[in-house]
Amino acid sequence: MLDRLTEFFFPKQVSTFASEIDSLYFFIFYSSVALFFIVVFGMLYLSIKYRHRKGEELKLTSSKAHSNLLESLFFIIPLILVSITFVWGIRAYLKMVIVPDDAIEIKVTGVSWFWTFDYPDGGQTLNELVVPSNTPVKLVLSSKDVLHSFFIPVMRSKMDCLPNRYNVMWFDATKEGVYDIFCTEYCGTGHSQMGAKVIVMRPAQYEEWALELGADDDSIPLDELGAKLYTQKACNTCHTEDGSALVGPSFLQTSQMYEQERVFDDGTSSIIDDNYVRNSILEPQTQIVAGYQGVMPTYQGLLNDRELDALITYIKSLDGDSQI
Amino acid sequence: MIKNTKQNYLNHPRGIMSWLLTVDHKRIGLMYLVSGILFFFMGGLLALVMRFELAAPGNDIISNEIYNNAYTLHGAIMIFLFIIPAIPGALGNILLPLMVGAKDVAFPRLNLASFYIYSFGALFALYTIVNGGVDTGWTFYTPYSTQSSSNVVPMTLGIFIIGFSSILTGLNFIATVHKMRIPGLTWYKLPLFVWALYGTSLVQITATPVLAITMVLLMLERFLGIGIFDPALGGDPVLYQHFFWFYSHPAVYIMILPAFGIISEIIPVHSRKKIWGYKFIAYSTLSIAFIGFLVWGHHMFTSGQSVFSQIVFSFITYFVGIPTGVKIFSWILTMYKGQVSFTPPMLYALAFLFLFTIGGLTGIFLGAVALDIHLHDTYFVVAHFHYVMQGGTIVAFLGGLHHWWPKSFGVMYNQTIANIAALGVFIGFNGTFFPQFLLGLRGMPRRYATYDEQFVELHSYSTFWSGILGISIFIAVMNLFWSFMKKNKVDPGSNPWGGMTLEWTHTSSPPHPHNFEEEPVLQHGPYDYDKVIVQKTYKK
Amino acid sequence: MAHHNPDAPSHLKHYFHDVNQQYETSKFAMWAFILTEVLTFAGLFVAYIVYRSWYPDMFVDAHKLLDVNKGLMNTIVLITSSLTMALAIWAIQKNNKKLSVFMLLATFIFALVFLGIKFLEYSHKFEVGQLPGEFYSYMGPDAVHLNNPHIFFSIYFIMTGLHGLHVAIGMGLIAWLVYSTQKGNLTSEYYTPMEMIGIFWHLVDLIWIYLFPLFYLIG
Repeated sequence: MLDRLTEFFFPKQVSTFASEIDSLYFFIFYSSVALFFIVVFGMLYLSIKYRHRKGEELKLTSSKAHSNLLESLFFIIPLILVSITFVWGIRAYLKMVIVPDDAIEIKVTGVSWFWTFDYPDGGQTLNELVVPSNTPVKLVLSSKDVLHSFFIPVMRSKMDCLPNRYNVMWFDATKEGVYDIFCTEYCGTGHSQMGAKVIVMRPAQYEEWALELGADDDSIPLDELGAKLYTQKACNTCHTEDGSALVGPSFLQTSQMYEQERVFDDGTSSIIDDNYVRNSILEPQTQIVAGYQGVMPTYQGLLNDRELDALITYIKSLDGDSQI
Repeated sequence: MIKNTKQNYLNHPRGIMSWLLTVDHKRIGLMYLVSGILFFFMGGLLALVMRFELAAPGNDIISNEIYNNAYTLHGAIMIFLFIIPAIPGALGNILLPLMVGAKDVAFPRLNLASFYIYSFGALFALYTIVNGGVDTGWTFYTPYSTQSSSNVVPMTLGIFIIGFSSILTGLNFIATVHKMRIPGLTWYKLPLFVWALYGTSLVQITATPVLAITMVLLMLERFLGIGIFDPALGGDPVLYQHFFWFYSHPAVYIMILPAFGIISEIIPVHSRKKIWGYKFIAYSTLSIAFIGFLVWGHHMFTSGQSVFSQIVFSFITYFVGIPTGVKIFSWILTMYKGQVSFTPPMLYALAFLFLFTIGGLTGIFLGAVALDIHLHDTYFVVAHFHYVMQGGTIVAFLGGLHHWWPKSFGVMYNQTIANIAALGVFIGFNGTFFPQFLLGLRGMPRRYATYDEQFVELHSYSTFWSGILGISIFIAVMNLFWSFMKKNKVDPGSNPWGGMTLEWTHTSSPPHPHNFEEEPVLQHGPYDYDKVIVQKTYKK
Repeated sequence: MAHHNPDAPSHLKHYFHDVNQQYETSKFAMWAFILTEVLTFAGLFVAYIVYRSWYPDMFVDAHKLLDVNKGLMNTIVLITSSLTMALAIWAIQKNNKKLSVFMLLATFIFALVFLGIKFLEYSHKFEVGQLPGEFYSYMGPDAVHLNNPHIFFSIYFIMTGLHGLHVAIGMGLIAWLVYSTQKGNLTSEYYTPMEMIGIFWHLVDLIWIYLFPLFYLIG
């Protein structure tokens, strides 16, 4: 019964402290439901019982307006309930802030509007946080620009990312799977698209994955790698492949306009070619397409040369006709 | 006692200039009411646009940019242009001097100045809207607000100016309560609405200066890069949050205390019963106003403040909860052995008890640090503060309008339509915001222009009911104003609910230009339904 | 509407019972306003405390760039002006209009001197680039480079600037007092405006008495 209810109210419980937080929730929930029914029942009962009936004369009513017993009860019962809530809340909270010594440390950086993750043995991922199960993971969070907040609902945990200091959160994932990550501190136009995934793997699998990370994958063809990077590197947050304009111009439009002229917001223009695309990825602020805001961060250091080539090939391969 | 004169503040003196330059608190109150309602509709329209955008995931109706503007303006307009200035400004202005038996507030010209300062500030807000909006959220968190290319400066300047209006109104009300009461009207004989306005005004004059200075620092940060809040210049964005919430948490009490006052008037009058625990309600108003200054940190549980601060802020937060809870029980017990009439004001008061209880109880969830970390900045918070601000304050405000409408303007609205609209507001409100608690628990973040498929069902419920809510509020307000058109005049001597406070017993409806024909002499307390039978008199 | 009592003095507003109620109300509201003022500055004092506790050494180094002599002079000028303000009220109580006007004029001139000295200080800082925030460009031999000295000057300019604004507003009010007293509108019977503006002026003085040591005399 309680499990079904938990599933109704909450996403899955994946961290070690999730169940305690949910229990705290249910304690407050049931106390609140009880108090709420007392209020609503009392209100309906008294208002109906003492309603002014049709034709009834107006009379002097009771002067009863005070009762030490009742008022003490109103004071003491909620006081007991909130005291339990407070202590419980703090106990659970302390578990959430005391990071185990053997935790692996991953650096999380919020950038408008994607997440990067740096792993202890080198290597970086974008918008995909990979962690081993049943192992404490410590996240060190910061931001490159404005405030962000890193929220993993299944872990019941969240922490703001600030540009001038590091915040810490940790969890120990108990179930393998792929779960949502949201940005919960408003950060501008792309805030609602600033999602990511946390992938929880068995520790052995994680070890293997971590080894592969960073090793160049030369085997897949450029356009396929580009298609992969398109989502992996969060290009899709702002650029569509179907021609519709989001925060930035659609890649399809860029592809269709290849070898043609594109006008920028400062009045200058340039022919779209491979160099233009490469420059737009690495130094996005230098040429802002007319009608758009210059909000894209630089990908300098986030993409190697092969990956840049892959993205260029991929953009060129987009074809309006096959999409429609 | 009430003379049946034709002369009242609405028809004497006549002419547009006599309104624009009036120092009569009742006329100023009416001007606040009209501008407040206009902003209320403007904010409400923005809310509906957002709700319809959120009916389905994706950017179906409006883009991210427009959505971000819409939610920012919705919050800023509702808080700074409607709830904070308009409720004390409208109902407070009209009623406070009447309730203490004074001819006017302590400083009538200052009162008019407050209104014009408010209007001047509102112009900046309107300029912001026509000039392309502002997209930072009503909280203006740095460093986004120092970088955003939208109209941050006009909007914050508008808020800064409106702050002065708020401070001056607060000063005026405090001086009025302290010094303008008629002889014999001691503190414990004051209507509880006066106590509530007093508590509100205290918060207004002590918290608003800090907001003003915060807004100035934010503007200077944009103009001069002073570096106090901007991390790129060695400043600290979390310090901004401390400054902002040091005002904005007490501002919650600026918004809710007048509602408590209204409920404390409606329930005893329409139950014809002495109010339960008068002194407790009066003192808890002041204690809530005071404790409200010590809990701002609970808005920052995920900002990375020290563990010790988290514990202290969580602890103090609960001390606001307990007196509030006792108030709710007192209002309910007031009906015990009374003669309860289900009039429109009373329906709103009962709706308030239901909705505000949910709003208050869900605050307990958010006060528990461990749980707040999951719920912070999700739809749970959105639902919680709408239950408090709309289910609490606005429902009470509507109740107050229906209660004092015949008194203030000498006309009576259609009570059947009013009752139906009240029911519509109640149902539509629950339908809109209850699903949002679930959305928040399941992890839906706030301020999202689009969302994940998993949340679609609850969002579409919420949108459906928001339409009902919007229509009901519109009908409720139009029904009130319609009473002017149809000339539903009541007899100047009417006391339709049988109220016992001075505005009901000692002046006509609508009141005399100088409030009372002669200085009132107090004959009984505000809620002495056990000692005096006041007839309900209501003639067209 | 005419007042009930035909013998009521002309300065009594019709919505008050009597002169005493009107006076008490004004005084009460003035003190409430002073509370508001104090809280306005309190916000800035908090910013000062926070940054001083983060960068204590920078504050000490940066404060050396301020001119203590000018600050001290201004303190003396402002305290004296508080005295002349009090004497103006004392004179009007004794119905000595001439002396009262003289003392008000003296207060006005002291305020002007205060702003003049402040102007000299500011213009020097503008010349050498000891400016708030992004505009800080001071390169002198005793320049402070570590730990964001521009924040010290941001806070310095905002606090002394806001205080200077109060001095300027006070001057406007005092000028109006000179006019009203000269015209005979204020007498020993009714001098509430002078007393209220006096309270305001003492507050302006008091705030400076905090600002002076906090900026000029640290370390």
